[in-house]
Amino acid sequence: MSAVAASGGLLARAGALRFGALWLAVPGLLFLAFFFVWPVAQLLGLSLFDPDSGRPSIATYERIAATDVYLRVLGITFRIAGYTALYSLLIGYPLAYWLSRLPDMYRGRMLLFVMVPFWTSYLVKTFAWMILLGRSGIINSLATGSGLVDQPLSLLHNEFGVMVGMVHAMVPLAVMTMLPVMAGIDRRLVQAAQTLGASPAHAFWLVYFKLSLPGVAAAGLLVFISSLGFFIVPAFLGGRRETMLAQLIITQVQELLNWPFAGALAAMMLAAALVSCWFYDRVFGLSTIAGGSAQVGTGRIRDIGLAILSGLARVAGALSSLTQRLLGRRGSGFILPAFAWLAIVFLVVPTLLVIPLAFTSSQFLEFPPPGYGLSWFRTYFESPLWIQATIRSFGVAFATAIAATAIGGFTALALANSRTRWSGLIFAFFLAPMIVPRIVIAVGLFYLFARIGLVATDLGLIIGHTVLAIPFALVTMAAVLKSYDQRLDQAAATLGANRLKTLTGVTIPLVKGGLVAAFLFSFITSFDELTIAIFISGGVKTTLPKQMWDDMILQLNPTLAAVSVVVFVVVTVMLLVAERFRSSSSSSS
Amino acid sequence: MTTRTDTPDAATTGQRAVAGKLVIEGLCKRYGATTALEPSSLSVTEGEFLTLLGPSGSGKTTLLQLICGLVEASEGRVVIDGRDQSRMPVHQRDIGLVFQHYALFPHLTVAENIAFPLKMRGRPSAEIGKRVEDALAMVHLGQLAKRFPRELSGGQQQRVALARCFVYQPSIILMDEPLGALDKKLREHMQIEIKRLHRESGATIIYVTHDQEEALALSDRICLMNHAKIEQLGTPRDIYERPRTAFAADFIGISNIFRGRWDGNGSLDTAHGRFVLPSGAQSPGAEPAIVIRPEHLKLGAPDGNAVTGRVSEIVYAGSETRVIAALGDGGQLVLRLGPDDAVPAINEDIVAGWARDRAVLVA
Ligand SMILES: Nc1ncnc2c1ncn2[C@@H]1O[C@H](COP(=O)(O)OP(=O)(O)O)[C@@H](O)[C@H]1O
Ligand SMILES: [Mg+2]
Repeated sequence: MSAVAASGGLLARAGALRFGALWLAVPGLLFLAFFFVWPVAQLLGLSLFDPDSGRPSIATYERIAATDVYLRVLGITFRIAGYTALYSLLIGYPLAYWLSRLPDMYRGRMLLFVMVPFWTSYLVKTFAWMILLGRSGIINSLATGSGLVDQPLSLLHNEFGVMVGMVHAMVPLAVMTMLPVMAGIDRRLVQAAQTLGASPAHAFWLVYFKLSLPGVAAAGLLVFISSLGFFIVPAFLGGRRETMLAQLIITQVQELLNWPFAGALAAMMLAAALVSCWFYDRVFGLSTIAGGSAQVGTGRIRDIGLAILSGLARVAGALSSLTQRLLGRRGSGFILPAFAWLAIVFLVVPTLLVIPLAFTSSQFLEFPPPGYGLSWFRTYFESPLWIQATIRSFGVAFATAIAATAIGGFTALALANSRTRWSGLIFAFFLAPMIVPRIVIAVGLFYLFARIGLVATDLGLIIGHTVLAIPFALVTMAAVLKSYDQRLDQAAATLGANRLKTLTGVTIPLVKGGLVAAFLFSFITSFDELTIAIFISGGVKTTLPKQMWDDMILQLNPTLAAVSVVVFVVVTVMLLVAERFRSSSSSSS
Repeated sequence: MTTRTDTPDAATTGQRAVAGKLVIEGLCKRYGATTALEPSSLSVTEGEFLTLLGPSGSGKTTLLQLICGLVEASEGRVVIDGRDQSRMPVHQRDIGLVFQHYALFPHLTVAENIAFPLKMRGRPSAEIGKRVEDALAMVHLGQLAKRFPRELSGGQQQRVALARCFVYQPSIILMDEPLGALDKKLREHMQIEIKRLHRESGATIIYVTHDQEEALALSDRICLMNHAKIEQLGTPRDIYERPRTAFAADFIGISNIFRGRWDGNGSLDTAHGRFVLPSGAQSPGAEPAIVIRPEHLKLGAPDGNAVTGRVSEIVYAGSETRVIAALGDGGQLVLRLGPDDAVPAINEDIVAGWARDRAVLVA
């Protein structure tokens, strides 16, 4: 694989350039500076200058403030993002807690129930909810068919639909963020609290919950920021009153070509994201997101926090003794697993319902299908439009994966070999594309590419997707290199291996799993990327997600179900392979 | 040190134990197919210092967890102060547990860690302040009250864990290898501290260790465990002088062990000859052996019982000299010579014998 060869050459040079391993991060730094920092900065700049005179002006912001339309959208965006974060935590916390307490051998398997929804395309998930919640959707046909209700319930194109879709999309992210923190909590601390006289409720809230708070806050932050930039779910599941900021930006750019206005809206979104990060950093310290230990607050705030936790413990204690009285000790022990399984059903089942619909013989998306057949897959494979989009998606994803793995690998190696105070900063910088809302990056890149002729090119798509995939590749590689024992290289050297033999015989075999996993995660990131594709494909060079988006806007049809199944299968297979390689790599080193 | 008259049998035969501070009856724990603790019985008297001693995996931690209620027993009863507490939740038992790696709360300061059990018991804050202060003084950590656990050394963390346990004066204190992570010097210092705390508080202490020297130094009685079973229970002197199994003889102190076959009338046939058993030896078990401690071996053959070997190593240790001799079958013999005894030379052939009643017949 060429990604392996690329970082192979790199490793050899790492030995030669002993003095400054950080130089290896330079290609990535330059790439992100040019295709991430520069376009985003320029977009924000647009909103601050008068387009005609070129002089600084806040006219755009005055226009935003003049009508209450935009402020209302801003308010809606905040409200939806806030509620999404809240509900994702309420559902995600018990699920993550349950997962973290499973014996190791089951946890890996159960984790897939979260991993697969995490990586499943937002479009596929949203499509599933449209089928489920629509006026003649699955839930309504079951409800009216069984005589439970006379009128179909209105579940779609309102706030309920948006919240269901958003929470469904975000719970996996919340769980994946909280799990490592929970796994790091010493289980004996809870036991210790109980031997010291704390009731189970007190032991949980005063010790376990307190220690898991940094994970909860990190999950809340990431979900909130991701939700701020969401447009797929509100576009399909929401009504006019659930319009979010990102949809407004798309309209400004695509229909009105109003760049200063789009820039100003993007600036507001970015500011909201950064303020949330800043607030989080004040309270918990950003390093906890990367797994560092939480700083412990001091003084009054800490005392208040501990007092609140005691209050919670007392309420929870009363509740749990009530449920114990109602259900018995054994019965109340089933509450957590029951809740966790319900959450898993909520995460997994909607997507699975798409599968039978792809094989329907009907012209419509009715459930259950009146008969089965392969006609919709035939439609898909015989449509040049779909097939071209599919081929392009594979090609772009492959190129993106190579570029992102190379850059991520270089950078991970640079950071693993240097202990300067810059390392932390560089790491944070490379993760920034995850924090900045995608829509902001996409619009910024569109503006940049429009002037250098990269719109509607495959190269433009690859560059954009690489910006987004770099954080995933870096995190995966950094984890493998962190557990890689550098002394193995030294041992090989003392045993007489030259540098090349050390590299090919020891280093690469040991980090190979990490490289493959980074490659596949980058591949998946690109394969279901929509935001960049909407702008950069220019309507000509469509990718699979872009084609799905266009079709979903026009009309729902069973071909979409067939495409969804194809996307779902491709992504799930890649994910399973990536997980395999990642876990074998970390257990072998 | 108080001496006790319990016969070792009272512990293992499951005979109904008489009233004590803590009585365990047929307590047993299984995890699926593995048995972490075979049905065991044990009685501990008020104020006693009992040590659970055994190799890693012998069920010591499991027994402690069963006593304090962190783990639910598969069978058996835990009776404390005459009341069956087998079903009592952990936090309502009047028991303190010092964890193997301290388990200090990382988000609380030293003082808050120590105050935790008092707060859980709803004590008034004036009293809490006073008692935390006393507890800190007791373990000489007064000046570190505001630090967080990670800002302390291993020995200091250990003392915080002790203070957190002693501060609420539980009537039974369990300690799971509390000194395992400390270096030798600190460990010896802490052993003295623990003995002092035991004397001052009058608490009943059940202490777990896999270090026989520690067990001998601290305990009123030792409960020797092996393969999820209680192997022998008695005073340190009891177990040293009258081990009942080859395992017990081997685990505590240094032993010369000769396995053989009982010939039915007072002798044991071994690979090194026929040895006359101590007077009054009972009919032994399936794999009988005799045990002779190194200090009871003398050069020459005073009573007919003797083995021959060739000196392979001489270790001078100040007050004594240890002589190691190779036996014909590849085994080893260890002798302990006093300062006045003549020391043989390396490679010299020696005959070592023992007075008949100095040997112990074990199962
Ligand atoms: N939670 C558990 N699940 C399965 N087996 C266990 C568990 N806890 C202990 N065991 C088994 O029980 C045996 C005794 O363990 P333990 O009491 O921890 O021994 P010790 O403390 O003497 O080293 C060991 O073989 C161990 O593997
Ligand atoms: Mg143990």
